[in-house]
Amino acid sequence: MAKVEMTVNGKSVSGEVEGRTLLVEFIRGKLELTGTHVGCDTSQCGACLVHVNGQAVKSCTMFAAEAEGAEVTTIEGITGKDGSLTAVQQAFQDYHGLQCGFCTPGMVMSATALLKDNPKPSEAEIREYLKGNICRCTGYHNIVKAIMAASGQDVGAIAAE
Amino acid sequence: MPKDHGIGASSKRREDVRFLTGTGNYTDDINARGQAYVHFLRSDVAHGRITNIDTTAASEMPGVVRIFTGADFEGIGSIPCGWQVTDRFGEVMHEPPHPVLAQGKVRHVGDPIAAIVADTLAEARDAAEAIELDIEELPAVVNMKDALKDDAPKVHDDLPGNLCYDWGFVEENREAVDKAIKEAAHVTTLELVNNRLIANPMEPRVALGEYNRANDESTLYTTSQNPHVIRLLMGAFVLGIPEHKLRVVAPDVGGGFGTKIFHYAEEAFCTFAARQLARPVKWTSTRSEAFMSDAHGRDHVTKIELALDKDNNFVALRTDTLANMGAYLSTFAPSVPTWLHGTLMAGNYKTPLIYVNVKAVFTNTVPVDAYRGAGRPEATYQLERVVDKAARELGVDPIALRRQNFITEFPYQTPVAVEYDTGDYPATMDKLEEIADIAGFAARRKESEAKGRLRGLGVNCYIEACGIAPSNLVGQLGARAGLYESATVRVNATGSISVMTGSHSHGQGHETAFPQVVAEMLGIPEDQIDIVHGDTARVPMGMGTYGSRSLAVGGSAMVRATEKIINKAKKIASHLMEASEADIELKDGQFTVAGTDKSVAWGDVTLAAYVPHNYPLEDIEPGLEETAFYDPSNFTYPSGAYACEVELDPETGRVTIERFSAADDFGNIINPMIVSGQVHGGIAQGVGQALMEGCVYDENGQLLSASYMDYAMPRADDVPFYSVDHSCVTPCTHNPLGVKGCGEAGAIGSPPAVINAVVDAMQSGGHDVTHIDMPASPSRVWAAMNG
Repeated sequence: MAKVEMTVNGKSVSGEVEGRTLLVEFIRGKLELTGTHVGCDTSQCGACLVHVNGQAVKSCTMFAAEAEGAEVTTIEGITGKDGSLTAVQQAFQDYHGLQCGFCTPGMVMSATALLKDNPKPSEAEIREYLKGNICRCTGYHNIVKAIMAASGQDVGAIAAE
Repeated sequence: MPKDHGIGASSKRREDVRFLTGTGNYTDDINARGQAYVHFLRSDVAHGRITNIDTTAASEMPGVVRIFTGADFEGIGSIPCGWQVTDRFGEVMHEPPHPVLAQGKVRHVGDPIAAIVADTLAEARDAAEAIELDIEELPAVVNMKDALKDDAPKVHDDLPGNLCYDWGFVEENREAVDKAIKEAAHVTTLELVNNRLIANPMEPRVALGEYNRANDESTLYTTSQNPHVIRLLMGAFVLGIPEHKLRVVAPDVGGGFGTKIFHYAEEAFCTFAARQLARPVKWTSTRSEAFMSDAHGRDHVTKIELALDKDNNFVALRTDTLANMGAYLSTFAPSVPTWLHGTLMAGNYKTPLIYVNVKAVFTNTVPVDAYRGAGRPEATYQLERVVDKAARELGVDPIALRRQNFITEFPYQTPVAVEYDTGDYPATMDKLEEIADIAGFAARRKESEAKGRLRGLGVNCYIEACGIAPSNLVGQLGARAGLYESATVRVNATGSISVMTGSHSHGQGHETAFPQVVAEMLGIPEDQIDIVHGDTARVPMGMGTYGSRSLAVGGSAMVRATEKIINKAKKIASHLMEASEADIELKDGQFTVAGTDKSVAWGDVTLAAYVPHNYPLEDIEPGLEETAFYDPSNFTYPSGAYACEVELDPETGRVTIERFSAADDFGNIINPMIVSGQVHGGIAQGVGQALMEGCVYDENGQLLSASYMDYAMPRADDVPFYSVDHSCVTPCTHNPLGVKGCGEAGAIGSPPAVINAVVDAMQSGGHDVTHIDMPASPSRVWAAMNG
């Protein structure tokens, strides 16, 4: 066991971890931040996506010890202190970009990272970027639409609700 | 103007806020004080005899609480099957035992052998590696045709030939169908595979068992679509715990698609172990475990023959199917290839004679059960493929051939037992032709061809049967459960409402849509109404969510309970306004006396019910809470027409979906936004089945597609924006909302559209290919064109 220290959602945190403890296990288990989900064990699904030092990272691909000294942001960290939603979160609700909600934190964190790098992505760019996040409910239609809307693009012409 | 509240409004989903902010409450988010963790040691061979299992050394490992094996479950019940099919000779199906932990033999890769309970999950996993286990490997059987041979390896020692049942439907039609096919002007024959799939809800299964010695109560938190059903199956058949001592909670559940209907060994284990150890025991499936322990879906091999007369009218249909059951019977497995499949074989067409034969087969694979659509996609796929093939053989337009044979008069009694109440198949086809711009296809094909691509158009229809019922009928057909739903509407003193429903929401948005109905009926704001579901301690009874039944059955129960509330509230209002009860009207949350300006508000009445100072105590009880059980008189029959356009790269065989359009008739619609979302998701799963997904075993029963590295899930760039429409409405005639159900339609209607389009594309390139099996992967498509 070794001690690890990092900043999560603006707060300094520390804990004893085994070498094999994954960052996602530390976030969910030690910090009890259960908004970050685990949907697979091969780094494919993206439900565990968080931001580490501003980069989108699947927190199942990183040991907790590797995040020593890092700035980590989880889904809980992007929501306003008063519970207010970011533009991405709000667009997901407005355009029905989620159903069961399990992939949603990863999707929102992924979309947030995308819009930081590419403020007005095309449909094709969004679909390409989201390849690392699997959703089984929505067929991606309303997720892509929500991200386009969150980036200020007119989605009125896109078919259906 | 679209409505902004009540029935028909696209109300935004209230559940979204917690999911978007990471404050949902999924089963794995729940931890009990002092909980231990269980890791299951699972079989790595498909078939074998356990010759030695020694847990002595493993039990001494750090943190180990106890290791359980099959021996600990002798005398404990078998995981039950909820549906008993009677075969065409009048014999009941073969129903082998399904132990919680393997007893002597393992029958599929993933079959649980031992359960290691430890203080931490890592310690449990470490200890599993120290278990001494010897398995004498036996020959495995994976292929269904091989399994039916007399000398095939026996999955269950007392069952040579591995046949679970041989079902015929309608058996009395058999000879007439044979004769009609023999004498027909044209017969189109097609052999096809409905590929084995894995449902893959994004949340893996989780079970957390607790035991309270003080009151002898067990609690199971589990990822279930129907907690009350789990309480019944596990309590009564496996562990012998009466309902009043067993609470089952299914909190936020991250998708189900059928595979979370069933009662699983891990649920029984955690409940059992928590009682044995007087300590909470938690299991969280990894995705790899999910692939080899969640019930799989589909896996049918079918030969279908469609007979037509000289004028291209359908005269008879015969279909023979082998249906894979896997190694054990999962909860509703026997019903899927029979009553959920055979009864749908008429589709949208007036074929007068139909015979369906299904042989259900045991193999050394994971059990197979309902997956989104369950039997109905299998029926739709074979029917719509053979109709398309017939059109091509006869040189007629596939849409015209369908239109010619449409059922147009309702109610319509099919030759396969069910009676369709309503539908308008020409109308949905008209709508499809409009939204899919079928007329513009030829020009789009030219554009594709100019780029060196082939372009194909596939069209099909579907009919679905939702809200399986009524209970007395399904009981005759072998169901070991009722298929009603219950609802309790609890009006509080201040007028707010809690609706306890037995339906379970795991993505369908019931917390938003159900209040829209009650708000419409009472004329009060939606935010005054909350839905309570997923907990046997809070909801009196329920049969859960599957088969697109929530609104049609659960919603109807809620309507009936709300009607009782209105009746009682009117009695109270008539007393408060000293008027005749017959003159009381309820509108916009106000009770008025017809023809007068007298009124009392909803809140005045509800307060009077709980503070009955001025109240007709001699006539009615205080309080305002009503329960209703609703048992439908028939299924509902949503229908629609779907179109898919693909581009095919002849160099690589890669197929891309360029356009996908769906025109559905779901009856009345409560929340159009949610309905569209359900169709989108269903289409993506159908496209996944058609082009990408396939669960693959090798000949030894090793599961080759056991992770997302090998099982191709549709990603965002595999699908386009879809065009969906549900403006064709023929309301259901036998439920109070006139609703039909929309959850499975997309997955039912889309696979044949995709494959019809792929075949069309190949034929447009001059390739003499009449069929390709799913998934139409690039290698298969390339081989079909260049074989």
